[in-house]
Amino acid sequence: MSTETITSSEYIKHHLTNLTFGQHPDGHWGIAHSAEEAKEMGFWAIHLDSMFWSIFLGALFVFFFSKIAKRATAGVPGKFQNFVETIVDFVDDSVKDSFSAKNDLVAPLALTIFVWVFLMNLMDLIPVDVIPWLTQKLHIAHYMKVVPSTDPNVTFGMAIGVFLLTLYYSVKVKGVGGFLGELTLQPFEAKNPLVKLLLIPVNFFLEFVSLISKPISLSLRLFGNMYAGEMIFILIALMYSAGWAMGTFGGFLQFIWAVFHILIITLQAFIFMTLTIVYMDMAHTDHVDH
Amino acid sequence: MNINLTLIGQMITFVVFVWFTKKYVWAPIIAALEERKTKIADGLAAAEKGKHELELAESRAVDVLKESKAKAQEFIAQAQKRADEIIDEAKGTARIEGERIISAAQALAEQEMSEAKEKLRKEVGKLAIAGAEQILMREVDASAHKEVLEKLGAQL
Repeated sequence: MSTETITSSEYIKHHLTNLTFGQHPDGHWGIAHSAEEAKEMGFWAIHLDSMFWSIFLGALFVFFFSKIAKRATAGVPGKFQNFVETIVDFVDDSVKDSFSAKNDLVAPLALTIFVWVFLMNLMDLIPVDVIPWLTQKLHIAHYMKVVPSTDPNVTFGMAIGVFLLTLYYSVKVKGVGGFLGELTLQPFEAKNPLVKLLLIPVNFFLEFVSLISKPISLSLRLFGNMYAGEMIFILIALMYSAGWAMGTFGGFLQFIWAVFHILIITLQAFIFMTLTIVYMDMAHTDHVDH
Repeated sequence: MNINLTLIGQMITFVVFVWFTKKYVWAPIIAALEERKTKIADGLAAAEKGKHELELAESRAVDVLKESKAKAQEFIAQAQKRADEIIDEAKGTARIEGERIISAAQALAEQEMSEAKEKLRKEVGKLAIAGAEQILMREVDASAHKEVLEKLGAQL
């Protein structure tokens, strides 16, 4: 398939389709050859590109950081150790600012999220056509979405992970009763037991919505930002096929948007980390007392 | 944009990476940071202690200097005093010696004078006897007039 013959909408669609592995309607397992086929595979399919890039980037992060951590000395730090320590210090400060309880998991969790999300977002700065073009030329894969954080599965996967952790620690810290009480006995409180009982459904509805909205907003915020950013890169990339004048202008636009995007990818990684810390803090503190 | 198994896969990956980070990244780095923190704190405390000790030593040195100065002053004063004493002593000794010499000389002179007087008296006695012999024109019996002569001698 050469780029000259496809239309703009095909080009965009191509860029927004994941490399999906799953069961075809006729029963055999394989890679989907179109967006429609991918859709038909339903839940029991997997995005090979998202998984590959997220694991690759995460592995890059843990490999590099653990290598430095292994050699970390209390003496004069080297260049790389300094770099790693700066990030660790930054995350540690963020955790100390927002997290008041004591939990050794929160800081490493925040570090993982910050660096991993940042790296996944960073893939957005690679020109949109480079890696898909390479994989096509090398006959590896037809579809290739290189920014894992533009895949809602990835952002939801992390957000649900955080959500389950907050549920776990809520129950662990406050007990089942405390957790259920938090869900049902506020924000509307009453002294009269009957009124209290009547208020439970109202309270539960409100609290449940706010509980569920946390992972959804957490994941959709990241996904939305990255998806929109990716979309703009794709639209800019379309200009390259519209003559050299438009192409030059497109190159200029792409540069401007990439510079601006550096801010967005860092900010989104930071927001994801900070909100995780805040949610974990909320899981550790009693709201009923307030 | 389909929600599918990728979600579960990503969750598992996430858990694994968080676990790995906690165990192999966060713990050693934080340990190193903490160790450095205590090292720096120790170093600062040691520096503070050293400074304090230096101050103490300086003040001690000043004290010692002052003390030795006072001691030297004392020594000088003592030496001065001793010298004065020696001089005084010498002066006293010299005076006594002088006086002694003078008195000895005086005694000698007096003795010589009295010896001379004695001689003179004897001489005068002899002369007087000779004179008296001349006058009496006869020999005076010295033994007979011994008493008279002695009386005369004592009167001279």
